[in-house]
Amino acid sequence: MIEASNLSKRFGAVEAVRDVSFVARDGEITGILGANGAGKSTCLRILYGVLTPDKGRAQIDGLDIRGEISKARAHLGVLPHAAGLYGNLTARENIHYFGSLQGLDAGRLESRTAELTRILGLQSFIDRRAKGFSQGQRIKTALARALVHDPGNIVLDEPTNGLDVMAIRSLREMLLALKAQGRCVLFSSHVMQEVAALCDRVVIIGHGKVLADATVQSIRERSAAATLEEAFLQVLGDAEGVS
Amino acid sequence: MHALFTVFGKEFRENLRDRRTLVSALLFGPLFGPLLFGLMVSRMLNQSVVEADEPMRITISGSEYAPGLTRYLQAQGVKLTVAKLSENEARAAVRRGSALVVLIIPKEYGPLFSAALPAPVLLVADSADSQTRKTADRARLVLAGYASSIAQLRLQVRGVSPLLAVPVAVNEVDVATPTGRAVVVLGFMTYFVLFAVLMGGLYLAIDSTAGERERGSLEALLSLPVARASLVGGKILATCAYMCISLALSLSGFVIVFRFVPLDKLGMSANLGIGTALTLFAICLPFVPLGAALMTLVASFTRSYREAQTYLTSVLLVPTLPIAFASIYSLKTQAALMFIPSLSQHLLMTSVLKDESLVALDVWVSAGASLGLALLLMVLTARHWRRETMLG
Repeated sequence: MIEASNLSKRFGAVEAVRDVSFVARDGEITGILGANGAGKSTCLRILYGVLTPDKGRAQIDGLDIRGEISKARAHLGVLPHAAGLYGNLTARENIHYFGSLQGLDAGRLESRTAELTRILGLQSFIDRRAKGFSQGQRIKTALARALVHDPGNIVLDEPTNGLDVMAIRSLREMLLALKAQGRCVLFSSHVMQEVAALCDRVVIIGHGKVLADATVQSIRERSAAATLEEAFLQVLGDAEGVS
Repeated sequence: MHALFTVFGKEFRENLRDRRTLVSALLFGPLFGPLLFGLMVSRMLNQSVVEADEPMRITISGSEYAPGLTRYLQAQGVKLTVAKLSENEARAAVRRGSALVVLIIPKEYGPLFSAALPAPVLLVADSADSQTRKTADRARLVLAGYASSIAQLRLQVRGVSPLLAVPVAVNEVDVATPTGRAVVVLGFMTYFVLFAVLMGGLYLAIDSTAGERERGSLEALLSLPVARASLVGGKILATCAYMCISLALSLSGFVIVFRFVPLDKLGMSANLGIGTALTLFAICLPFVPLGAALMTLVASFTRSYREAQTYLTSVLLVPTLPIAFASIYSLKTQAALMFIPSLSQHLLMTSVLKDESLVALDVWVSAGASLGLALLLMVLTARHWRRETMLG
């Protein structure tokens, strides 16, 4: 479970995140929806501990990300916006590197890599160097790398950005599989359809503030709009340029 | 500590597979110096050896007016080319390069010589050209020799002791040892060694910092439960490893090159065997972490591979500055200078090559100063990596 309580972060004159609170539950996919520059990435970066909030706190499975950073991070898998691989290492070596830094021993590294290879379908390229990977192969390897320590929570920042249709499809399947395993999945996107298709719960962010936090179902029911797209637009107000 | 070695292992292996790193760290950096050096030195030596053995060539005009001088020159082994040139023609010939040095003997030489008055000769040379300047210097010496022997004969004939004309007898003592003389030539070898040390780690320092950012793997790495100091430490350690390999290769290159360079032709001996090479390696070792930390720190501030390359090329020049100052002011090994990294290594290496004994304190101060500065730079790098701006 991931909890954000009253998070605020300011970069110079810009208030990137203002008093943001929400909860992402286990066994659910939570989507953070917002326009570019709305504060989604800043929010997620605070949650996985590379940015320090000016105010508020973030907890992973009840562990404070500032106070118990090492423990909290061990419960968390991260797929940042830029999830580059090491081109001169094979997919397996990429996964092992992160696993080893997570403190996994050799035996556990092998068994986890074998498991993830099977689940994510990496068999055909696991021992190839990452340099020539397709987008789909890259995102699968990056996801395996983020999951190697078997975290209960996973945060993904705009994971579908720049992916082709096939890669988006397999990513979607992977996220649903993670949810089925009872993990807490939190991802950000500016694509409404994607959030609508995948998420159980949506947190809509605009200008650094939470505009709505509800299940997809209740948003649809609450508003009188005919389509989900219109329902989202009502929540956002017309100023927000969500596509 | 475990994380530090994991990072070290990964950076070392990854760069072993990178052609750019290999070429610069293990080929260009360490071997460029010895090869260029070997070529230059053997060319320089060949030239000076050949010049000393070669007979002097002078074009002479008007030799019929001075048969005595002509005979003396020939007896001294000077190769004379007889020509008929006016002063202007001689100037043109030297300028064109068709004659190295022209000696013109005017018509009035004979009568003045017979009258025991100063008899003029004209030496035409081009002092801007090192080749004809050397010949002109030698010609001047031979002419002075002729003049003084004639002067002594004249005094003797007049019943005066020729010793009266020699009020001071100058005796020269040259204390340069054969190895000492070679050091003039070996002086800039030390810079090639320090250059190789830095080149060895250059690409790894870039790749593990700016490269990591550009590839987009940095943020994922920073979100791991690993202390930033361990990440930085592992990266600097891997850079150090490549720098040590480069240093070892460079010194081996010099050992081999010195087997083939004909230093002994000039009566010099190059004191560079395996044992000396090991001593030089030990002297340079404290410079390795300093260079690695400096390059990693500078590269950590840059946004891209290209930007990092631009800045680090200037870093490569940093060790030249103290060495350049040292040669301008001809500084010798002394305790105070041991606090300056790169200069202290340069001076110590030069001392070893000169076969001088090292002062233990100098060696410790040199190592201590370099390692202390290295530690400071590492702390600064780790601190920078803890900042939020690292994400870019």
